[in-house]
Amino acid sequence: MNRHLISAADLSRDDAVLILDTSDELARLADRPIKKLPTLRGRTVVNLFFEDSTRTRISFEAAAKRLSADVINFSAKGSSVAKGESLKDTALTLEAMGADAVIIRHGASGAAHRLAGWVRGSVLNAGDGTHEHPTQALLDAFTIRRRLRGTGAAGARGAGLDGLRVTIVGDVLHSRVARSNVLLLSTLGAEVTLAAPPTLLPLAVGSWPCAVSYDLDSELSKSDVVMMLRVQQERMSAAYFPSVREYSRRYGLDAARMARLPGHAIVMHPGPMNRGVEIAAEVADSVRSTIVEQVANGVTTRMAVLYLLLGGTEFPATGEAR
Amino acid sequence: MTGNGSWLIRGVTIPGRDEKATSILIAGGSVTAIGPDLDHPGAKTLDAGGLIALPGLVDLHTHLREPGREDAETVETGTAAAALGGYTAVHAMANTDPVADTAGVVEQVWRLGRTAGHCDVQPVGAVTLGLNGARLAELGTMADSAARVRVFSDDGRCVSDPLLMRRALEYVKAFDGVIAQHAQDPRLTEGAQLNEGEMSARLGLAGWPAVAEEAIIARDCLLAAHVGSALHVCHVSTAGSAEIIRWAKSKGWPVTAEVTPHHLLLTDELAAGYDPVFKVNPPLRTEADVAELRRALADGTIDCVATDHAPHPVEAKESEWAEAAFGMTGLETALRVVQRAMVETGLLDWAGVADRMSVRPARIGRLTAHGHPLTPGAPGHLTLYDPAAPAEAVTPAGASKSRNTPFAGMELPGRVVATFLRGVPAVLDGKLA
Repeated sequence: MNRHLISAADLSRDDAVLILDTSDELARLADRPIKKLPTLRGRTVVNLFFEDSTRTRISFEAAAKRLSADVINFSAKGSSVAKGESLKDTALTLEAMGADAVIIRHGASGAAHRLAGWVRGSVLNAGDGTHEHPTQALLDAFTIRRRLRGTGAAGARGAGLDGLRVTIVGDVLHSRVARSNVLLLSTLGAEVTLAAPPTLLPLAVGSWPCAVSYDLDSELSKSDVVMMLRVQQERMSAAYFPSVREYSRRYGLDAARMARLPGHAIVMHPGPMNRGVEIAAEVADSVRSTIVEQVANGVTTRMAVLYLLLGGTEFPATGEAR
Repeated sequence: MTGNGSWLIRGVTIPGRDEKATSILIAGGSVTAIGPDLDHPGAKTLDAGGLIALPGLVDLHTHLREPGREDAETVETGTAAAALGGYTAVHAMANTDPVADTAGVVEQVWRLGRTAGHCDVQPVGAVTLGLNGARLAELGTMADSAARVRVFSDDGRCVSDPLLMRRALEYVKAFDGVIAQHAQDPRLTEGAQLNEGEMSARLGLAGWPAVAEEAIIARDCLLAAHVGSALHVCHVSTAGSAEIIRWAKSKGWPVTAEVTPHHLLLTDELAAGYDPVFKVNPPLRTEADVAELRRALADGTIDCVATDHAPHPVEAKESEWAEAAFGMTGLETALRVVQRAMVETGLLDWAGVADRMSVRPARIGRLTAHGHPLTPGAPGHLTLYDPAAPAEAVTPAGASKSRNTPFAGMELPGRVVATFLRGVPAVLDGKLA
C-alpha cells in the first residue's frame, strides 16, 4: 500500500481487499469487553479539519484512540488558519510537532494532495472539496460486503464485490463520496450505475468505469445496492434543478420506489440525510437501510486504514489464533 | 561615419532571406548594411556563426505588475526578462493597481519603461474604468497621451456587456485603436478552475467550458464586422475558438488573434498533481486543442504568439489549487517553447517565427518602429538566437522577480544569445549587457 491514502484510485484490488479483511478482524475485536488495542501506542495522529464535520472527525478520533494513538484535534475555526495562515504553514507546524499521520478534511479539491508534498507523515484524505473521500468508500464497500457477501472468515474473507450491482443516486457532480465509490467499487468488481439528472453529472462521466442513467425507476429492479447522495438545496439556485419537490419526485427514494427493489437489496446513505428530499423517512428507518451500520463500520474501517498505513504492531489475536 | 557604437555581426543567417551566412552592420541605431563581405573599421564584431537573426520580438501581452504589485514584478525586472527572451518591445497590460485607465497611469508605465531601457514598453489602456465593465475609460485621452495608447484591454476580465463592447470597438476607430478581448463569459465560468473535461471531472475541480470562450469570440467577431472595427482576441485556447476566427477571417472581417506559448505545449493533464503552477486563465486545454492551435498559428488563422507573462509571488502559488492565483511567466522561455512546438514539428520555419513573433504582433499593436524584416534601413532591433543549442532544463530563476514558470525542469532547445534595441545590445552572450 502507498504511504498516503488520498484517492480510492491509490488502492489496488489486493490493497482494498486487505483493508476489508483487516476491518473484519477488527470488527470482531470490537465485540470484546476491552476495545482498545496497543498497536499505535506512541504514535501521533492529527485530525486536521478545515470543514465542520463532527461525524467524520469523531469517527477518525475513535479509530485512532482504539489503536492507542495520541490524537490531536486541529480545527480551523478559531485557530491560526482563521487568522490567515496558509495550508503550507499549518502543515509545517504539524510536521514540527512530529505527526505520524495527518487526517485532513478540506473544502478545496486537492488539499490532501498538496499536504502530502509538505509533510513526512502519512496523509489520509477525509474529504477534499468535490474530489474524493476514500475512507467513506471503504466503509461503504465493507458494509456492502458484510451484508451481501456474508460475514466471518468463511464468508467474506478475501472476497471482492464481483457482480454486485450498485446504483449511486443524486449529485454526482459535487460529490466526493460518489467519485471515491465509483473508483473503489469498480476496483472490487461491482457494476456501478450513476442515476442523476444530466446537470448533476460531470460532462466527461463517459470516461468513468460505470454506467449512467437519467432514469432512477429503470434501475431499481436491477439494483443490489442503492446509495443515495445528499442533495444540497443551494444547487437549486444555480439552476441544477427547478425545485426540491421536482428533484424529490424524480430522484428521491420513497417507499414506493423501495418496494420495487429486489428482496435482498440494501439502501445506503453517507449522511447527513435530508429526510423527505433524497430519502423518505420510512426508507431511512427501514430494515433495508444500512445507515447506522455505516457509521459503526466507519470506525472499524478507519482503524484498519490507520493500522495498515502506519504499520502498527500485530494485533494480539490474528487470523491463525482462531 | 565613425565606428563608434556600431556593431558588425558576422556569420549569421537571416531566415527568409537567402539562408546563407552573412553579416549585418548596425550603426546609428539602424541596420545599415547586410552582405557577406562587410567591413567597418571601429565597429565591434560579434561572431554569430550558427546563429539566426530575427527582428526583435514583440509581445502583445505582458503583465509587468507595476504600479501596485512590485513584489511580483517591476517594469525593470519584467523588461529585463523580456530582453533575455529576445523581446525588444512589450505591451504592458492594464490590470495594475491603480488600473491603467487614465492618461496618468499609462504615461507612468511608459516612462518607467524608458528608464529601464531593456526593451520598449507600450502601455495597454483599460477599456472600462477600473476594469469594472460598466463605463468606458477615457480611451481618447490615453491615445493622445505621451504613451500613445492604441491597444485597449480589460485583460483578466472580459468586456462581457455586448453593448459596451460594441461602443468600445466603434469608439477606437477614431484613432486606429484595437480592442483586445479577454474572451470569457463570466456566468459560464463562475468558480471555474480547470478546463471542463475528463481531468476536471476526475479531480473534482469546477469545469471551465470551452464554450465560455468560444461564445464571446463568436459574438465579438460579429460585432467587429457590424461596426467595421478592429478586434484582437487574446490568448485563444480552444480548437473551437480557432475555427470561429478562421471563419471570421474568411469573411474578411478585421479580426486578429494570439496564442500563448503554454497553450501551444501544455495540457490539462498537468493538473493531476494539483500544483497551481499549472493554473492559468484561460486554462490549459486538451491535446486536441493544442494540435489545433498549432495548426491555426501555422496557417495564419492565429496571427501571433503572445506570452501572457503573468508573474506571481511564491505564496500566491503555494496553496490549494482553488486558492491560487491564475497565471504563468513566459517571457524568458517563449522562443524556446515555440521552437519545440512549431519549428521542431515542421509547422513553421524560422521566417514564419519572425512573422508570428515580431512582424505581426507589431502591426496589431500599431508599433511602427518594431517588427520590420531585417533589411538595410530597418530599425536596429534584432534577436540573435542559437537554435542548435542543446536542449537544457528550464530553471525557474531568471531575471523575472517571480518563479512561476510551468516549464521548470522541462528540457527545451535553443538559446537567446543577444538582443539589440536601437542598435545597442540589451543582451550579449545570453546575459544582460
